Formats: sequence, structure tokens, C-alpha cells
Amino acid sequence: MLVSQLGYYSLILGLILSLGLLSYSFICLRDGNNILQKNIYSISFLQLFSVVLSFFCLIYSFIISDFSNETVYNNSHTTKPIFYKISGTWGNHEGSLLLWLLVLTLFIFLFLVSSKNQPKKYRLLTLFFQQIIISGFFLFLLFTSNPFSNLFPVPKEGLGLNPILQDPALAIHPPILYLGYVGSSIIFSSSLAALVQKNINRNWAKHIKKWILVSWIFLTLGIMLGAIWAYYELGWGGFWFWDPVENVSLMPWLCLTALLHAIIVLEKRLILKSWTLILSIATFTLSMSGTFLVRSGILNSVHTFANDPKRGIFILIFLFVLIFLSVLIFFFYQIKENDSQKKIFWLSKETSILINNWFMMYFLSVILIGTTYPIFLEVLIEEKISVGPPFYYKLLVPFLIPFLIFMAIGPKIKWIKDKFKKIRIYQIIFLVISFLIAYLIINKTSSQYLFTTVLIAAAFYLFFNTLRDFLRKDSKLSQNISHFGFSIFILSILFNGIFSNEISANMKIGDEIKFNKGLIKFKKIEIYKEQNYESIIASFEIEDEKKNIITLNPEIRIYNQPAIFTSEADIKSSIFTDKFLVMSLLKGEDYFNVRYQNKPFMLWIWISISFVAFGGLISFVKKIK
Amino acid sequence: MKKNIIYLTIIFIIIIIFTLFYKGLYKAKTYTPNELNNKNLVQFSSKDLFSEVETNFSDLISNNKFTIINIWASWCIPCRKEHPFLMHLSKNSKINLIGLNYRDRSNNAKKFINDFGNPFSTILIDPDGTISIELGAYGIPETIIINKDQKIIKKFIGPLTNKNLREIEQIVNS
Amino acid sequence: MKLKKFIFLIILSTFFYQGDLIANNNNVLVNKISKNLRCLICQGQSVYDSQSDFAISMKLLIKKKIEEGNSEKQIYEYLKNQYGEWISYDTEINQKTYLLWLFPLFLFVFGGILIFRKVFIN
Repeated sequence: MLVSQLGYYSLILGLILSLGLLSYSFICLRDGNNILQKNIYSISFLQLFSVVLSFFCLIYSFIISDFSNETVYNNSHTTKPIFYKISGTWGNHEGSLLLWLLVLTLFIFLFLVSSKNQPKKYRLLTLFFQQIIISGFFLFLLFTSNPFSNLFPVPKEGLGLNPILQDPALAIHPPILYLGYVGSSIIFSSSLAALVQKNINRNWAKHIKKWILVSWIFLTLGIMLGAIWAYYELGWGGFWFWDPVENVSLMPWLCLTALLHAIIVLEKRLILKSWTLILSIATFTLSMSGTFLVRSGILNSVHTFANDPKRGIFILIFLFVLIFLSVLIFFFYQIKENDSQKKIFWLSKETSILINNWFMMYFLSVILIGTTYPIFLEVLIEEKISVGPPFYYKLLVPFLIPFLIFMAIGPKIKWIKDKFKKIRIYQIIFLVISFLIAYLIINKTSSQYLFTTVLIAAAFYLFFNTLRDFLRKDSKLSQNISHFGFSIFILSILFNGIFSNEISANMKIGDEIKFNKGLIKFKKIEIYKEQNYESIIASFEIEDEKKNIITLNPEIRIYNQPAIFTSEADIKSSIFTDKFLVMSLLKGEDYFNVRYQNKPFMLWIWISISFVAFGGLISFVKKIK
Repeated sequence: MKKNIIYLTIIFIIIIIFTLFYKGLYKAKTYTPNELNNKNLVQFSSKDLFSEVETNFSDLISNNKFTIINIWASWCIPCRKEHPFLMHLSKNSKINLIGLNYRDRSNNAKKFINDFGNPFSTILIDPDGTISIELGAYGIPETIIINKDQKIIKKFIGPLTNKNLREIEQIVNS
Repeated sequence: MKLKKFIFLIILSTFFYQGDLIANNNNVLVNKISKNLRCLICQGQSVYDSQSDFAISMKLLIKKKIEEGNSEKQIYEYLKNQYGEWISYDTEINQKTYLLWLFPLFLFVFGGILIFRKVFIN
């Protein structure tokens, strides 16, 4: 098809431009040419345009169900609704790589356009490094994952997209996530550039912070959307399973958050230069490693794309080339430590941020080791083990307690040197109230652990402190909103964990179960035929202890292409609790398996994460004014 | 000098991690039943499909033949594909072929046997699938080979192929 | 499609049976255990979440074992014996996994020392 040809040659053009930009920037740098030709903007834009064009060609092929395109054939179906045909474009390996390229080329163009006040050599270097990444991805795409490979003879029908992926949250989750995840590439490139150029100063810190914020905001929201999708769509009532692919998105986030805090110290006091650069490089390295782990087939997960060791080898080599490059540059352009030798006083904001980084790196190492250890173990001693939620909870949750407390106190400490004044009375009040509330809550439930009490108390302590900080004039609004949001996030998760209850039972129509001082009644079912599936919608009445009745309608879908049964939960979300009901059909049996959960504060989990991201947005908006 | 040592260590570690990942790429991604080899057989009893008599599995094992358990169901399409291989195996005098009917309806199972032939000396039923799980099965069809000392020596996951057949014959003849 | 619907209706007509089910403690324990077990034929789901044949049979087996009087620990041991350690999400602390559990803690202490040196010395 003509469109496929157009898409393909567009990519070739992009690759050529990439190599061109590489040589151009190399020559300019070697010659010490300090002029940035105006053409750079046009060529970079042309490169961006070629990827956009290619991307739209693929979307078009999906919309018209052009099955001569192998990617469309593998991932689409004529009966799919048009919205999901479009979102199916990036819901597969090849299409999502095209999305990678889109963000990579977009960000370098935006960088060039928005960094006119920065030294030219720095901008050229950033362009150089980013183009290395871009050309690597072009080569990867064209040689192992061509989105425009032809099929002949042309099949009449496609193999269909996994019905689980036909969901609105999942349609926007990859683009948003990638803007954060792939966007960290520009931080990587510009940090290496700054290192080579030996110009790490306040000007650079201010400038890079904007990019860090952009990447961080999108990554936060992207992860949140993934969790929302898992909760509303996957039908098990959870939203985070410590699945390798989930971990792989969380690791760059932890690194990026640490970087966000470290850059503040760099800007203020010009110390921790090497460390900040290490964080910058590490963030994108983790993104790339994540891509490797997910696409190479090395990990076992619900999320993995189609596996192909050839692709795995390519990414692995590419990833380690980038790592080697970074280490080499780091070695040759080492930061002379003379002006980084400024002392850090123990009671200072610099130390609090160092402590934040310390904890962040610990959390990161737990997740990194937990995710990769099974792979290494299997290679070394040929045995498979599973590292699941219990591991992560045991190693992460205890450290949350000191982390929350440091988070409450840290922002209050002054820069450089603070005096240990008398402890303000309100701090003590907050502590006492926090413990009281925590104790009352734990007492009410059956989980009488000292540990949970302290944890809730710590979260409340942060909560009260950030709440009070809103009233103070000298605290930063953006920081406050984010920290406040985080405290609510932890509280929501804790309350959700403690106060959730559920029941799972096999029911026939007309059955009733007593639960939680209320009743669950299985009223009836109805069968419908939709565009690409058959649907059984059940009607359940949930009666609570106050005799209020709500109706829940879980659904079972029978898809035709491929032949899959899925269960769609019905969730009634209210500000205080979610009522969650899912049922499944058991093959050859004459009843349904029904699972009902009462989950408090779910909505607050999403609201609080949005708060956290919103704080970042405010900081960004202030910076570009 | 100290800095150089640090860098060299880092590069060394990076090379090791790279090698481990590289090797990891080629490991089998699917579950392998290797752990079950040479395990003792679990004791279980179940009803015979046709006679409906409760039978102890250990009574069916003879100590001068190899016992092969084949887990199947009438609704399982790959089971149909491997059926001719089972018929072939049933003719081997060194093998006692026992069927375990997994999560099936007796009528459907009987119809399957009537339509396609009975390669089994006995068929026991596993209506809720728990016996198969106790035998360490992952899904169906699955074929388990038990030697004269009542130890599991081999498992085949999925429908039997020609290659599997030759393997079985090799084991049985040795 | 019509045949499928017909079969469904036949099956459904057997549904109208009044019964009273009361949740009991055994079910809670089955749920707890199955959340900690990997569904071996699914890609990254627990036995609790999965509705595959394997998972359903597994849940029934767990229930049987509980009714026979086995403790939670015994059931995990039994299943790990049959299927290998990787069926349990709760990673053991044994020779194979010392590094897994201790390395992050070691890194935490290491980081703490680095910060201590930066802040308190010279």
C-alpha cells in the first residue's frame, strides 16, 4: 500500500537526517565552530516531521484496516471500534517504538528552540548525544521492528487486539508515560553535554530543571494512568502488583524524583555536581533498561510485548553502548572537585535533600534488585524463584516511617546552616495528635500492630505539617502541594489496605449472601450482542447495614477474535469508598464465581497523585514566566 | 589512582551484568517440569469412568511395566490430535496406559472414547482437577511416565509428538 | 452463535435454584494463600486473580488441604515441593536468596556512610 511505502521511506529519511545531524554537530564541535546555523532548526523539525508523518501513516493503516501491513494484521480487526483502532497503533511493539521516536525527536526540537540563551557548544553537544540515541532507535526500528513490513497475500481479517487493551485509560497511558519516560532522554543528553562542556553552573541548573519537571510530571501521571487502568479494567481490584513492567516504570520515577531534589541543591549552592549528573544519566539508563527488560522476552509478565531474542540483543547492546559512553565521558571529563568541596553542615536543607536521595536510592535498589535477581539466579544456578509483593512490602514499608518524618521536617530547615532552635510547640501537638488518631484507628480494627500505628502516625505527621505550611508565607507552594499530596497518597493507601474487605463465592441466579452486616443478591442476567463481542451483564443488589441498596452490573464478554473471555468489573466510586464487583464464568459449571470488595478511599489515591503532579506543574509554570 | 580503581571496578561490574543479561535472553521462558523428575508419586484414588468403582491408583501400578498417565478431556482439541499416538502406545506390552479425565462430564468423556477408541487400560476421573494439580500438572494434555519403582521419570506437556513417542519407546526399552 | 446462545439458555435454565451461602473462614484462608501463589500458566498473575483451569483447580486443592487440617505453612511447603520455589511469591530467605534480601540493606548502610562522611567529616 502506498501509505505503507510513505511511512517506511519517511523513517529512512529520519534516519538519514539523524546521521546528518550527527556528523554536522560533530564537525562543528571539532572545528570549534561557534555558530549554530539557522538550518539546524529546520532540519530538526524535518526529522520530527518525518516521524510524525510515519506515525500518521501507521494510524491511517490501522483505521482503514490495511492488513497488507503486518503490524496492523497482528494487532487489529475490522470489527474494532475506531477509537481502539487508532489507539491500537501504539499498543504494540512496533507502534510503541514509533512513539519512542516521536518523543525523542520532539524533545530535541523543543530543546533547540527553547535553549537559545544557552551556550552554543552545549546545545550542539546535546544535539549530538540525542541523535546517537535517535539513530539507534531508527536502526532498531528499521532492522528488527519495521512497522511497515508487507504481507502477501493480503489477509482478509486481522488477528485482533487483546480485548483487555481496548480501554480508554490504556489508550492515553502510553503517550503520557512516554513523554515522561522517553523525555528523560533529553536530560541524559544535556547532562552529558554539560559535562563535556565543563559548564555546570546556576544557569544550566535553572535550565535543566524545567526539563526535569516536564519529564517528571508526565511520568507521574503516566504511572497513575497505568494504575487506574489496572484497577478499572483488569478486574482484580488491585492497582499495583509489583509486576516487572510496573517496576520498570517506577524505577526511573524514583531516580527522577531524587534528581528533582538534587538539582535544587546544585542550583542553590553549586555542590553535588557529580552526583546530580550521575542521577541524570541513571534515569534514562533505567528507562532504556526497562525497555530492554520488557521487550526482549527475558521477563515473565502480563505486560510483555511479543518476544524476540534478536530484538533483545539489539537493545541490550545499544543500552550498554550508551552506558559505556556515559562512563567514559564521566571519566575523561571529571569534574574537578575544588569548588565542590564546600562543606555541608549537618543541620541544613542540603542534608535533608541528601537524606531524601539516600532513601530514594534505597527504594530504587530494592525494586531493581527484586526485579532483576530472578534473571541472574536463573542464569547462574538454573533455578527459578519468584519475587513478589511480600518482598517489596517487607523491605520498603518499614523505611517509609523515617522517610515520612524527614519529609515533614526537611523542608523547614534553612539552607547552609540552621540553628537547632527550641522545638516549636505545634510540632509536639502534631506528633501527639498523629499518634492518637493512629492509635484510635488501629484499635478499631483487628490489626493491632505497633508498626502500623507508627506508620499511620508518621503519615499524619507529614499531613499536618504540610497542611500548616499552606498558611505560612515563606514556604514554596509547589513543594507544599506535592508533599501534601504525597501524605494523602500514603494515608489513602494505608486506609484502603486496613479497611478493605471482600468476599468471594460461587453463586447462581437468585442466590443471596450475607456479608458485612449486609446482603449481596444475584438478581438476574441479560445477554447482548455488541460489535465485536457477546456480553452477559449481571445485576446484583448490594444492601448495606442501613438498608441502602445499590446496583452493580458486572459483565462477562465473549470476544470472537481472538476467542477470549474477559470479566469487566463494575465499580461504583464515591468519595469515601469504592464498591467493586466482578464475576467470572466457570467452564462447564452451572454457577458464576463472584467477588465483591468494599474498598475505601480509592478515589483519593488518584486525587492525591494528581496533587503531587500538580505541584510540579505549578513549579514549571512559575519557571517559564 | 583511587579514582581509576573505582572506574575499573565499575566497568568490570558493567561487563558482568551485560553477560548475565545476555545469557538470560536465551533461557527458556516457559516453565519446565524438571523439578518433578524422580519424585515419588502422590497417592490418590478416584472413580473409574465406566464402572464408577472407586479405585486406588496404587493398585493399578504394576511392578513389571511402565505406567503412563495421560491427562485428557473431551473438550480439549489438542487431546484429539494426540489420540492416535496414544492408540499406538497402548499396543506396547511394556506400557500400562492409564487415562485421567480432567474436569469433564462423564457422558462427553464416554462419547469421546466411543468415537475415537480407547487406548487406556483404565480411565479414572478428575472432575475438579485437583488430582492433576497434585500430580504437578500445568494443563492438558499432559503425559506422565512412571517407572517400575513408582517414581515419575518424565513429563510431557502438550500433545505428544512423533519425537516424544520415540523418546518414550527409548525409555521403555532400556 | 445461535447454537452457543441456545446452549447458554439451557445451562441458564438450571440456574434458578435458591441457595443460601455463608462465607466461612476457610474461604478467607484460601484467598490469602492463593494471592501468594503464582498462576503457572498465566503471565504474571496470582492464582487468586486468575480464572484459568489451573487456578481454579488449585484453589479447590488448597481448600481440600485446609479441610484436611493442613496449616498455611504446610500447604506452601507442599506446593513448593511439587512445583518448585517459584510458585510462591513470598520469597524464602535461604542460601539462594541471601544476596537478594541483604544487598539492598547493605546499599542503604553504604549510602548512609557516604553521607555521614560528606556531612560530618572534613
